[in-house]
Amino acid sequence: MSLYYLQKVLYQLNRDDRVKQEYHADLPALLDGYELSDEERGALINGDIGLLYVLGVNGQILMHYAAFLNIEWFDYLESMRAGIKKYGPVREGVYAMTGGGQSFTLEGER
Amino acid sequence: MPLVYAGVTSHGPGMTGRAHLVENLEARDQLYAALADQSQAIKESGAQVMVVVAAEHFANFFMDNMPAYCIGLGERHQGPIEDPEWLRIPKVAIPGSPDLARRLATDIMQTVDLAYAQEWKFDHGIMVPLHFLTPEFDLPIIPVNINCQGPPLTPLSRAWAFGEALGKACANADERIAVLGTGGISHWPATPDSGKINEPWDREFLRRLQQQDKQALLSYTDEETYLEAGQGGFEIRTYIATAAAAQGPLELDFYTAELPIFAVGCTVGHFNLNT
Repeated sequence: MSLYYLQKVLYQLNRDDRVKQEYHADLPALLDGYELSDEERGALINGDIGLLYVLGVNGQILMHYAAFLNIEWFDYLESMRAGIKKYGPVREGVYAMTGGGQSFTLEGER
Repeated sequence: MPLVYAGVTSHGPGMTGRAHLVENLEARDQLYAALADQSQAIKESGAQVMVVVAAEHFANFFMDNMPAYCIGLGERHQGPIEDPEWLRIPKVAIPGSPDLARRLATDIMQTVDLAYAQEWKFDHGIMVPLHFLTPEFDLPIIPVNINCQGPPLTPLSRAWAFGEALGKACANADERIAVLGTGGISHWPATPDSGKINEPWDREFLRRLQQQDKQALLSYTDEETYLEAGQGGFEIRTYIATAAAAQGPLELDFYTAELPIFAVGCTVGHFNLNT
């Protein structure tokens, strides 16, 4: 059930400017409104894209959050790959693991 | 009045947001030319309103209350939810068509259970197609969503039934209506495998649309689709529903798997409404 709330934080952040303001004003207080494990809370405090991906956050939610954090596209993809190396395979969610995380985009190699 | 236009197109955020990073400029510009032709065809159809059958990405709907099918009744819609600089599309208000949308909803509900929403924020799933097809954002839009993101998902046979109901409802209305389905075929968007495209799978799916092979179109299981076409492949529901609304074969105007930076096999097509 925890993944549900982890994704809900990001869903609401992605679509609501007032939640973005709360994020910037007092992130810990914002997170108090959701049932999160310590690991999930830490991933949000640290903006740890790799861990959030491994915890099972849907990429369609995570991609927008990464843009909110001003993470460039290829860095976003690389952060997820690094997360797999550091934390292991995706644990929950729509993709337990969709592949080995190789790059399919030539532009990202330059 | 029967539909005046029905077509499909892809909608990856990279199509606008990462356009400047593309190395295969020839393929990119061919895609843009196909979209310009599609824009012209919609304009020449005399469409007064366009129903966009989309597969939104958690812009409006979440697992707290996820409708399988939803139609937008709002007077206007806001978009994009994404950072405009990231998507490279400015924030705009897009007119809706609440009276027609309500009539369509009422008609569709005779055969298909349908949710409705009077407030709708567009994400790249609708904003990217509109950026190319109605760049002034002036054509009234009725958004329709099929949940393709958060399983359990509606069966393909129900997506077909929904599309049929949508097509009949449009035919019962007096307005000149275009329908646009927008989704990906195989793709693994926003994951480490972004850019992976199963071109043979895509082309087989498109062949089934071109041949109006309903039985084959509805034979995919979600397990097969996930393995062969990624979680993005679930969005074939938008194409299937549009095919059912059109009741005609797809004419494929453009397809390329040569733009992996757009994270999808880029597709543009229209349905032949005269057969």
